[in-house]
Amino acid sequence: MITKRIIPCLDVKNGRVVKGVNFQGLSDVNDPVELGKYYSENGADELVFYDITASSEGRKLFTDILKKVASTIFIPLTVGGGINTLDDFERVLASGADKVSVNSGAIKNPRLIEEAAKRYGDQCVVLSADVKRVDGSYHVFAKGGREDTGMDALEWIKRGADMGAGEIVLNSIDTDGVKRGFDLEMLRDVSEIVNIPIIASGGAGCMADFVTLFKSLPKVDAGLAASIFHFGEVQIRDLKEELQRNNITVRRI
Amino acid sequence: MIAIIDYGVGNLFSLKSSLAMIGADAVVTGDADVIRTAERIILPGVGAFGDARRKLADTGLDKILLEEAAQGKCVMGICLGMQMLFDRSLEYGEHAGLGLIPGEVVPMAGKLPAGLKVPHIGWNALDIQRQDHPLMKYTKEGDCVYFVHSFYAENCKAHTLATAEYGIDVTAAVAKDNVMGCQFHPEKSGTVGLNILKAFCEV
Repeated sequence: MITKRIIPCLDVKNGRVVKGVNFQGLSDVNDPVELGKYYSENGADELVFYDITASSEGRKLFTDILKKVASTIFIPLTVGGGINTLDDFERVLASGADKVSVNSGAIKNPRLIEEAAKRYGDQCVVLSADVKRVDGSYHVFAKGGREDTGMDALEWIKRGADMGAGEIVLNSIDTDGVKRGFDLEMLRDVSEIVNIPIIASGGAGCMADFVTLFKSLPKVDAGLAASIFHFGEVQIRDLKEELQRNNITVRRI
Repeated sequence: MIAIIDYGVGNLFSLKSSLAMIGADAVVTGDADVIRTAERIILPGVGAFGDARRKLADTGLDKILLEEAAQGKCVMGICLGMQMLFDRSLEYGEHAGLGLIPGEVVPMAGKLPAGLKVPHIGWNALDIQRQDHPLMKYTKEGDCVYFVHSFYAENCKAHTLATAEYGIDVTAAVAKDNVMGCQFHPEKSGTVGLNILKAFCEV
């Protein structure tokens, strides 16, 4: 049986993992290679690296680090941040990424999804959507959640799937950082309109939130989080044990 | 030395790194002479069957591969590379495979119970059918490996080493004499996957 995936997300800036990492037992907790290895050895099913640098030197550094990560960690790697063109796809894929996540770049140019899916296959293209409720409907936000595009999120996600996106990362801005659980209502609404894997993001505060997510929405395939893993509030090993206790199929290592 | 056949399909970075990780000497190559001198051959591949099969034929490497396999050299196909080992594929039309393992590749869509998505993507547990096969030497029942595919091989039970349950029994690993294949990505399947590559290097 296919297992539910647990995915830690690492924001990388100028070659370092940023956003409070607080681990004991690692010599350099902000080193993406070391942290990636730690997660991989402790049960993460996949890793997401977001490049949050704006400069070209930062980008070069990110690509070098990606190569290092990809030559030491043998689980799927998804890369996002600053993906605007097919050349960006090429750059990260050649450095060891397995999937590429598009967000603002696809909003600016939706054909990017179609062209990338055609060239690299659907499985390679992840549509990441930052979504927030505005006046009773879901809006897509761009630029890291700072700019309301006015686009209807359900339509956008449906369109992305039709154009060839192989997976959806649904990040609810409404629950992000609140740590009171995933946005089940939003996830349910999205899961009813697409038939590709959905990765839930935004709101995980404890292990029970993942149990609730997978129990109440069997169509959700994966849970993504950052700070609760980085701060050691939830250990992936413990989380998997807890999920298994609740009859949710996970991969144990 | 292991030759990873480069015929312009797919991303070979992780495959090469994972072989380096287990201490195997591997080269990514489209050079017929290098493939001929290699001890083992890996046929990778992602994307569409028809397109990949055509590229393999255009480079002439399909002939080299068939010659080497006929001489008893160990060959392993991965993902689409495994699918190409079979007689034929029904992925968007009908395409002839390499005919190294009897069986055919068919769409998963329409065969799965309602609610299961295509592609079959993610970590799934192996049900081992042939624990005695050297490729399964380090692998045990229930070990999880990473799959990404929309088509699968059927009518190949006699040569199936392992399956994975996804509403149907998905062919996960196959072997016929010196020719082997994995539908999943061993290079993306953590320690379990590295051990399968290691076992291949020792067959």
